[in-house]
Amino acid sequence: MLTLIGGAAVLALLLFFTVRNYAVQVAQQGQDSILEASAKSMLDAATIRDGVVELDLPYSAFSILSTAADDRVFYAILQDGNFLSGYEDLTFSDSQTFQSDYIRGSGVRKISASRTLIGANRRTELQIVVAQTKDALSETLDRISRNTALLGIGFFVLAVALSFWATSTTIGQLGKLTTSVTRRGPQDLSPFAKPVPREMVPLVSSLNSLMGRLDQSLSQSEDFIAEAAHRVRTPLATVRSYAEATLQRVDKEENREAMRSMVKAIDESSRAAGQLLDHAMITFRADHLERDEIDLVDLVTDLVQRMTPIAEMKDLSLKVLGVPRAPYSGDPVLIQNAVRNLIDNAMKYGPAESSIEITVSANPRPRITVCDHGSGFPSSEIGTLTTRFQRGANAKDTIGSGLGLTIAQDVAMAHGGGIELENQPEGGACVTLSF
Amino acid sequence: MKFLLIEDNRDLASAIISRMRLDGHVIDHAEKLSDAAAFVETGEYDLILLDIMLPDGDGRDFLQQHRASDLDTPVIVLTARSQVSDRIGSLDLGADDYVTKPFDHAELEARCRAVLRRKSGNSKTTVEIGGVVFDPVAGHLTVGGEAVTMRNRELRLLELFLNAPGQIFPKTKLADRLFSYDEDVSENAIEVYIARLRKHLSASNLRIITLRGLGYRLDRDE
Repeated sequence: MLTLIGGAAVLALLLFFTVRNYAVQVAQQGQDSILEASAKSMLDAATIRDGVVELDLPYSAFSILSTAADDRVFYAILQDGNFLSGYEDLTFSDSQTFQSDYIRGSGVRKISASRTLIGANRRTELQIVVAQTKDALSETLDRISRNTALLGIGFFVLAVALSFWATSTTIGQLGKLTTSVTRRGPQDLSPFAKPVPREMVPLVSSLNSLMGRLDQSLSQSEDFIAEAAHRVRTPLATVRSYAEATLQRVDKEENREAMRSMVKAIDESSRAAGQLLDHAMITFRADHLERDEIDLVDLVTDLVQRMTPIAEMKDLSLKVLGVPRAPYSGDPVLIQNAVRNLIDNAMKYGPAESSIEITVSANPRPRITVCDHGSGFPSSEIGTLTTRFQRGANAKDTIGSGLGLTIAQDVAMAHGGGIELENQPEGGACVTLSF
Repeated sequence: MKFLLIEDNRDLASAIISRMRLDGHVIDHAEKLSDAAAFVETGEYDLILLDIMLPDGDGRDFLQQHRASDLDTPVIVLTARSQVSDRIGSLDLGADDYVTKPFDHAELEARCRAVLRRKSGNSKTTVEIGGVVFDPVAGHLTVGGEAVTMRNRELRLLELFLNAPGQIFPKTKLADRLFSYDEDVSENAIEVYIARLRKHLSASNLRIITLRGLGYRLDRDE
């Protein structure tokens, strides 16, 4: 922008000086040719009569020099270098035809012309110097300068206006594009549809193709996670069903024990695979957090309804307590996954025929607390349990990957909250997710 | 119970079938939607297990047609992906519940039980034996005309005994059926459940006999 204005200013000045200089030259040439004509006509009037130079200055020689500014005219006539008549101070120093000089304080332009007169017995050199003040010339020059300056300023103003216009139409569009890229949500990878100037079409279309590729690779990675989980767990589930069915038919206790360990190991790897991929999915979604308007109570109630049949198999009851409504804007898939992990944990560690309480509170910030009535967390490890693959000392005989609490923590942190582990005074563990 | 399984993955299907038969259920298997339609026309089922992706069509279309007919057999959908939209779609179309493949058999069993219990109002599944009336689906036990409240595990234990009267069940076998493999079960825990069941049945003609070193057996007093 500044470069453009600077460039316009330099161009305007250049224009001013070029035009003015040219005008000076033209005006000077005009005055010079008039001076020359005047001097020539004076010389033409000179004659030799009886060996004496006679010069009757013609009226026309002065009349052509008259100007609107009433310029004064000086002249000097010299014969063979000796002053004959006119203005004595007017001299001409060298062989140049035209010279500028100062006479009585005002600038003059002067010309020298000479003619050789040939008489009966002699030849003589007659020189005439004519000078004219430059008032009319400088008046003309002033006028031209003023007009040129106006032209320069006009050019400058126009150039600045043009540069503003160019900026707002091209750079301004670029700015708009930048803003719309910046303002986009993390999930918004749709192409830009707004019309742009033709010069920017290649930029926008390459941006759009980048968006397209990004979108594709993002959705591929989400699909990949789901597909990988499915591919790993399906054969495991089949093996597990066979092992379980076989276990029911085998009578020898040592074989049964072996089958039982097998089922346990399959469960462990299936669960670990599932949670690892859950964890990958959660990391992915947390990076591109998509917030929906949800009610945490609805979300928890749905989840509890869904998990109740499994809890019943263990004679556990799931209870939803707390406020009737807890509106929040978050990713329902992530939050549900986190709470499911917490309920899974509670179902693993809660004793049979006990209850698991899920409490939703809305103030001062939305929170979900899951409490069981098991033996609680080992108090020495309460701070390290959310570390990846870290399992409590009392969890050795329970199937798990050590990722459940990590997943819950990641989800809470992605929503700007955290996780809190504590033991209830009357026994049992409580985990609180805050958002 | 009589189930219809509509699933094209043979490994998965035969695993489900062998596990269901173990629980004393009858199960028919259809690999295609056309087979399934024929099965539904000819047999009466208590529950249908339906896969979504089938070689000759979408399971959801079958579900829609099924709901349009006057059969109200409950349907549990087996979905391959854990996509939330998939689940909601099938519930909207009238599925009673869904399980996400791969699933534990325990989860499938739990969901079957829950769905059947919800729908038990219009089915007749009661067993009358030795002075007790037992509805395994609804989970009701009536002894001498009085209703008894039972927990889920007590109910499943009684079901095991009633499905095979006279058979001897070793403690470990009972433990494997009642508890999941990640639970640390002591033999004492089984004794607790046996004791409770005996108490429930005390007013009836049914007796659970302890056979030292072998296990338990359900007998009927004459």
